[in-house]
Amino acid sequence: MLQTHQNPVYAYSHSADQDTPAPVHHPVIVVGAGPIGMAAGLDAAAQGIPAVILDDNNTVSIGSRAVCYAKRALEILDRLGCGQRMVDKGITWNLGKVFFRDDLVYTFNLLPESDHHRPAFINLQQYYLEEYMVEQIRQTKHLELRWKSRVTAVAEKDDHVEIQVETPDGAYRLTCDYLIVADGANSGIRRMLGLESSGQVFQDRFLIADVVMETDYPPERWFWFDPPFHQGGSTLLHRQADNVWRIDFQLGWDADPEEEKKPENVIPRLKAMLGEETEFELEWTSVYTFQCRRMERFRHGRLFFVGDAAHQVSPFGARGANSGFQDTDNLLWKLKLVLDGRAPQRLLDSYDAERVPAADENLLNSTRSTDFITPKSAVSRTFRDATLLLAEEYPFARTLVNSGRLSTPAVYRDSPLNTPDEERFDSKMVPGAPSTDAPVNAGDWFLRLIANSRFNGLYFAPTDGTLSDPELTALSSLTEHADIPLNILVAGLEPTDNLPAGVRAVSDTKGVLSKRFDGRPGTFYLFRPDQHVAARWRSLDRQKIEAALKRATACS
Amino acid sequence: MIETRKLNVQPTLSRPDDFYNALVEMHRELSEEQSRLANAKLILLLANHIGDKETLEEALRIAAEGLN
Repeated sequence: MLQTHQNPVYAYSHSADQDTPAPVHHPVIVVGAGPIGMAAGLDAAAQGIPAVILDDNNTVSIGSRAVCYAKRALEILDRLGCGQRMVDKGITWNLGKVFFRDDLVYTFNLLPESDHHRPAFINLQQYYLEEYMVEQIRQTKHLELRWKSRVTAVAEKDDHVEIQVETPDGAYRLTCDYLIVADGANSGIRRMLGLESSGQVFQDRFLIADVVMETDYPPERWFWFDPPFHQGGSTLLHRQADNVWRIDFQLGWDADPEEEKKPENVIPRLKAMLGEETEFELEWTSVYTFQCRRMERFRHGRLFFVGDAAHQVSPFGARGANSGFQDTDNLLWKLKLVLDGRAPQRLLDSYDAERVPAADENLLNSTRSTDFITPKSAVSRTFRDATLLLAEEYPFARTLVNSGRLSTPAVYRDSPLNTPDEERFDSKMVPGAPSTDAPVNAGDWFLRLIANSRFNGLYFAPTDGTLSDPELTALSSLTEHADIPLNILVAGLEPTDNLPAGVRAVSDTKGVLSKRFDGRPGTFYLFRPDQHVAARWRSLDRQKIEAALKRATACS
Repeated sequence: MIETRKLNVQPTLSRPDDFYNALVEMHRELSEEQSRLANAKLILLLANHIGDKETLEEALRIAAEGLN
């Protein structure tokens, strides 16, 4: 098979930690250098926590695997320093098309609104993302990635965790305050600790074929139900970088995985789909089944399970890797505050309170998509076909067609860290929502301004464009808060040079910022380090903001 | 495509996936014959609720459209 990509081999290197009589201590150790484990490490570094990542392998993903990265994942990767490379190399897409038998049923746009820095989705082979992350880690101080290092024992003590690590030149021990478990769907650590991830196994098999071809197909997600070239099944087509196309055929439960992935069986399927004349080269094939399941809790004392180790979904909707990034985005700032003694241990319970419901939302959506794509009974298939027949002409039926509800970030509506609204807002930026984006200043973006891994405030200045002395005093004292100093942005200011340190003017170039936040004069938004809204008010009240900060850090 | 005067074919369900799931769920423990009966009862219940003759006639025409 053709290869557009060569997997790098990362050298094992001996660590000084292996030569000390007592185990060396690190605040955070991450198990697993997949995208989510590396995101955990990079996020630790962004927060200022020294960290070590351990991986039992010495290369990146074999095969393209997770290819669709959603807007929110890109925004998180922007904060971790890898977003731009992803977008530069990846294929940007916003449009999806759904076909039934011979017909195009409808087209949908995942980002119908302009004025966002990042697109709805990019497609990129997982190995590129991992290579970028490895390179980013190498350039990051106080962050180390150790290859060929397998964790073989984990013991939780009163005030730390002790682990045993096996390497090509022997075993050694390490201790840490917190262990982040990112060792994937078949988590060895989960098994070692006798913890379960339970749910549903789907009785179906899917074939992935990555092919290299030059075509003029647009970069869109095309999904076929029961197409003439693959009757009775579904097919998905996605464009990746390097002219590689991901084609995914539903095979059914009775298919023989070893036979199906042989080129002599895959190529006829591809020719039926692409036409006899289309020239293509097969690059990678794989047959997979999937499960929808999760652990009961993701926090176990000083251990935190993230990504597929904690929860696993069907691939429809691209909710696997995309939700994993939201796990580490949620966790690391909390660990930082607790490690610094600026927040109590119980702040860490909010990881479960926020990410378990998020996992349930992903599980629900991906299970429903799977049920629509692969109906489990005759009547269920009849309803699906009826829906598809109506969808071409009658708009209501399009909302029922489910070829995958594509990953959107969870809103932590019921989080104990939120301060509920006291006033009315005409904005989706409710407490618990991840911040929306908007163009600001000269060619900059709002999310970039609050990508500093700190708590941020956004204040919409009074109509006259100047700040009164009491306002300046209130904002200034918030930037000097003893435990959680705020970084504050003020929109709608006339040019001025007498802003206190930590307070910056932001220019709402196109008025989009005010519109998306319903930013009437006097409005104040408080954002957490993961850019989720913690609270909002219609007037500037320092005491209320301080109370909300306490609540957002579980100090009250 | 059949033009409709009274029948609303624009989306109105606030959570379409919830409804679709409930519909499929209703059938989960039913045999095929039981499912056919359940569907027939469902249509009769909804038709009575709608009540308007012209609306129902439009729906009947669209339902049979293109099937034979």
